[in-house]
Amino acid sequence: MTGFDRKQMAARVAEDIPEGWFVNLGIGIPTMIANYVPLEREVILHSENGILGMGPAPAPDKVDPWLVNAGKQAVTLRPGGSYFHHADSFAMIRGGHIDLCVLGAFEVAANGDIANWATSENDSAPAVGGAMDLGAGAKRLWVVMEHTTKDGGHKIVERCSYPLTTPGAVSRVYTNLGVLDVVQGKGFVVRDLAPGVTLEQMQAASGAPLHTN
Amino acid sequence: MINKIVQSMADAMAGIKDGSTVLIGGFGAVGQPDQLIEGLIEQGATDLTCVANNAGTGRVGLARLMELGRVRKIICSFPRSAGSVVFEELYRQGKLELEIVPQGTMAERMRAAGAGVPAFFTATSVGTILANGKEQRDFNGRTYVMEHALKADVALVEAWEGDRWGNLTYRSSGRNFNPVMAMAADMTIAQVSHIRELGEIVPENVHTPGIFVKRVLHIDRGPAWA
Repeated sequence: MTGFDRKQMAARVAEDIPEGWFVNLGIGIPTMIANYVPLEREVILHSENGILGMGPAPAPDKVDPWLVNAGKQAVTLRPGGSYFHHADSFAMIRGGHIDLCVLGAFEVAANGDIANWATSENDSAPAVGGAMDLGAGAKRLWVVMEHTTKDGGHKIVERCSYPLTTPGAVSRVYTNLGVLDVVQGKGFVVRDLAPGVTLEQMQAASGAPLHTN
Repeated sequence: MINKIVQSMADAMAGIKDGSTVLIGGFGAVGQPDQLIEGLIEQGATDLTCVANNAGTGRVGLARLMELGRVRKIICSFPRSAGSVVFEELYRQGKLELEIVPQGTMAERMRAAGAGVPAFFTATSVGTILANGKEQRDFNGRTYVMEHALKADVALVEAWEGDRWGNLTYRSSGRNFNPVMAMAADMTIAQVSHIRELGEIVPENVHTPGIFVKRVLHIDRGPAWA
């Protein structure tokens, strides 16, 4: 079993993003997706700290300290981009104007629930950021994550065990083993397997039944 | 003549009372009014409730204010981040009250306060532990949770330009929370990198109209932020 590495996971997500979408990318693997959308395919990246038309990281000698993404990394602005304040930025999210949000997650459940912000109700120091706004407000929520935890624990589950970020929001999951759709009333449906991965291997790594079309 | 430009940090901080709710602009280090926070540390007000996206890093700025025991409560969306050591220590020791708020709800609660809206309904956090104990209502077949406006005594904001009427502009992603915080406080104090003459900021380009601003202090942040 080989599967995708992190870059290949990001590239696989990028394949499915059409021109014209407004897209918000979370921290971690989601941020890397931007590197795999060809420039001629105009996808407009939104950053919750008030940027539309976000571009790639600048050359080290071209860093603008005033211009960072949601992960506080230096970025650039593409021609046509704009800046705005936080209430407008989250109006775009909460008002249903963002076509797609891609987040990482601890767990995704067969009913589309996502848990990605706290590992217990009494987290030592919880931090939610914009995840709940994005989960509730974006037109589509996709997750990109490793299929299992480092010690083989399930992240694709029947029901989330960690505190929820948003119920019933996830419609697709990209992992190192392949791509799953989350279909309401049915659960996980395998859309694609990564190279060298079998359906049996993906099922063995999942805590919920996988369906095929 | 209206002149909101103050000449010293002491004048900028004058009158901030113990027990105040203080909004602090910025997203991480960007758009964060570092010098005004230092001024507040110097000024001495205590028993503060601070509202900021992040809970400070290292042992300077907001983290220093908390370490000095001057902050009773913080209202934050993302308190834990790389280097938020003081927050983590105080929170673990039970010396700091934390209200965690989704980032968009936090921004909207302040916008609402500035706009005279006492509360509003949002889908954010419905079905999660952050909606526990809050009123919920259905509109058009979807469930929403009620959130209250977040009004404050003081806002500390960082702007790029300011004039003597208090009109402000911000630099690129340094805008973030600053305009909504400026709306939501009784006394908004802005540190600005550049003082402009009245009319010099193109009216169409004013981001925060001076009606929301009480004091403007010129701070030269040095070449790195020029």
